[in-house]
Amino acid sequence: MSTENHSHHIVSFATQLKVWIALLLLTWVTVTVAYFNFGNMGIVVALGVALVKSTIVLTYFMHLKFDSKILTAFLVLVIVIFGVFIGLTFFDYALR
Amino acid sequence: MNIMSSSISNSDTIAAHYVDEHRDDEASKLGMWLFLFTELILFGGLFLVYSIYRMMNPEAFAAGSFHLNVSIGAINTVVLITSSATVALSISALQFKKKRLTINLLLVTILFAFIFMVNKYFEWGHKFELGLFPGGDAFNALEGGERLFYVLYYFMTGLHGLHVIIGAALIAWVAWEVKVGKQTHDNFAFLENAGLYWHLVDLIWIFLFPLMYLIN
Amino acid sequence: MQENHSTPSHVSFFEETGGRKGIFKWILTTDHKRIGLLYLYSIATFFIVGAALGVMMRLELMYPGQQFVKPATYNSLFTLHGVIMIFLFIIPGIPAVFGNIMLPILIGAKDVAFPRVNLLSWYLYVIGAIFALSTLVFGSGPADTGWTFYAPYSVNTETNVSMSVLAAFVLGFSSILTGLNFIVTIHRMRAPGMSWFKMPLFAWSLYATAWIQLLATPVIGITLLMIFAERFLGVGLFDPSLGGDPILYQHMFWIYSHPAVYVMVLPAMGVISEIVSTFAQRKIYGYRAIAYSSLAIAFIGYFVWGHHMFTSGMSGPARVIFSILTFLVAIPSAVKVFNWLATLYGGSINLKVPLLYALGFIFLFMIGGLTGLILGALATDVHLHDTVFVVGHFHYVMFGGTGFAFMAAIHYWFPKIYGINYNMRRAISSFWVLFVGFNVMYFPMMVVGVMGMPRRYFDYLPEFHVPNFIATIGSWILSVGLIMMIGNLIVAFRKPKRAVDNPWNGRTLEWTVATPPTLENFDVIPTITKGPYEYHEQ
Repeated sequence: MSTENHSHHIVSFATQLKVWIALLLLTWVTVTVAYFNFGNMGIVVALGVALVKSTIVLTYFMHLKFDSKILTAFLVLVIVIFGVFIGLTFFDYALR
Repeated sequence: MNIMSSSISNSDTIAAHYVDEHRDDEASKLGMWLFLFTELILFGGLFLVYSIYRMMNPEAFAAGSFHLNVSIGAINTVVLITSSATVALSISALQFKKKRLTINLLLVTILFAFIFMVNKYFEWGHKFELGLFPGGDAFNALEGGERLFYVLYYFMTGLHGLHVIIGAALIAWVAWEVKVGKQTHDNFAFLENAGLYWHLVDLIWIFLFPLMYLIN
Repeated sequence: MQENHSTPSHVSFFEETGGRKGIFKWILTTDHKRIGLLYLYSIATFFIVGAALGVMMRLELMYPGQQFVKPATYNSLFTLHGVIMIFLFIIPGIPAVFGNIMLPILIGAKDVAFPRVNLLSWYLYVIGAIFALSTLVFGSGPADTGWTFYAPYSVNTETNVSMSVLAAFVLGFSSILTGLNFIVTIHRMRAPGMSWFKMPLFAWSLYATAWIQLLATPVIGITLLMIFAERFLGVGLFDPSLGGDPILYQHMFWIYSHPAVYVMVLPAMGVISEIVSTFAQRKIYGYRAIAYSSLAIAFIGYFVWGHHMFTSGMSGPARVIFSILTFLVAIPSAVKVFNWLATLYGGSINLKVPLLYALGFIFLFMIGGLTGLILGALATDVHLHDTVFVVGHFHYVMFGGTGFAFMAAIHYWFPKIYGINYNMRRAISSFWVLFVGFNVMYFPMMVVGVMGMPRRYFDYLPEFHVPNFIATIGSWILSVGLIMMIGNLIVAFRKPKRAVDNPWNGRTLEWTVATPPTLENFDVIPTITKGPYEYHEQ
């Protein structure tokens, strides 16, 4: 039982604003890229951009970069487990 | 009353030797993250259904997506991203002891949530007018894959919208706590955790937007 | 019913009322021990209801032909029996009762991380239970779909599926919050010096279980929401004529419900580790292997769900993958069994009641586990799927396994919780009646299942009669055993005999605190220097 209260630094306003700009830019990329025809790769590109955006949100806005590493480790674990859920289900549907 | 703040103040006791208030912000944060994981998996289940049905009905999904309004979707994406920024800024603001600024940023966040829901209202309303809702004529006339697309559209954006409302309510509560001094520059776990919840709402939309609106 | 066995130096938690009187000192408590007992009493009540339903089912199956229920009624019986036993008894069972009561004490803490959330978990449990049981009294009666609520029948039937599904949803939320609480408790509230590998194995098992509760339960949450959407809006997610796929429901249902069985069994195995160590009078053999095996079971257990669907129409490769993974998850379970046996082999056996139940667990769980492998192999499963062989298998693991571990836990920790002793001889007789009754009831199901008798049928072919008749007799013997066991524990309160602090010379930290524990468990939070199994009288 400890009373650690925020020994980490304060995220500056400047950093938050830069993150915000980056996210807006990536949103613009998302929309623009959708109008190109990548065929089956379309969804990969869309998800790829979404992944970059969400990584930025997680790292800076949600503070994972400055917090205990165990939170990031848990998040990765959750994503892996969810990924396997989808993967194994696809093993059924894609190969019927 | 912060249900997620870990306070080991056991109000059962009346013993004189009791020591009060062992606050553990790390525990509260961990608890919030664990709760976010459950939300990720909850929405994940719907993403799983979506991914299977999209794989099985690629053209139908594209056709359904075509009828969604990309502009409103994009505006809503910008709205949520900006609201994430305002809530993140509010945490820094509070740590810089700028109480007024903190509250204003939180109120702006709520305003953005409101704008998001208004957009949603118009979007859905437009579709309802066209009969494109479960039970409506145009909906019933759709072919299998496209029906599934619309079912998932309503389900996923609806569930997401519910979380926008819950998140906004949490932010309002936190704003009040800042106002009355229960959240301060060195005691802001609730604000942080409410912020985390709000960011989750943003994260889900970051995936929903391309998967719903931007199928070629 | 609670005795105030405070000693001159220690006020027991039963007497700390926080200024509240009567029932309010219970239903408004945030003390993890009271909450654990609230769970114990509610769970025991619903278990009895579920058991009564089981006895009724066996009465119908005593002879071929219809005895006293209509076919549709029989379907509701087995559905409600399953819903109650699984969602109201086995899943919350050991974590909610013994996890709540013991976990903080095992790690040297005063309470769990979020005591009010803990109480909320119990409220949600009771609300879910009321919803589930309410299906008996209104509308078209309880759901008749089986506890698995498979689409499309669950979408179309007139029975109270929606209410049952709502009940399961609420109960799931209760489970998630308990898991969340335990994870944070174990991460943040271990006493100074208690590293992860100084935690006793029951705590490890609760940790692994908590992760499953946390991550798997939301999947059933969303699946049940989809059933609602289907029933109320007819959207067609699982309706082939509208583009949907009923097998997708099965995938999503089992993505939760398979990990759920590890929620059921991991804490049970944790209890067995503790009991085996105490009554073999030595520290557990292979501590780290058992700790890691709990994590391994939890992790691999997420990925085997398809073995419930081998005959549904999945692709061939999917079936093979799921079968391989199923065999893989059996390995860490076997590791535990070997380590328990090794502990017993090298130890000095003190054959008291808790150890009897633990040995019963090992034997019955082995049968259940081995029959599980028969089901996990594709070729044999094709023959056995949806026969009563499956019913035999899961009762051996869930009842012979977790059920017996639950009873072991009660008999083990009863003196510590209440500060009184129960009658040992009657406890031993109850065990034997239970053990015999259990096998007489469930073993015939293996036999008649291999012969081809389908499950969830109110009737059967005449050639299946004899084993069914025997099984019904077994259910009566089992019921007598349950009455004896529960009765024995209840009468212990009538002329209570004071228990000592450590009646079994247990080796873990909880045996060093007062009996019953004080409100905050420890006078002073200890600084831990010893290993997890070194707290006994040398």
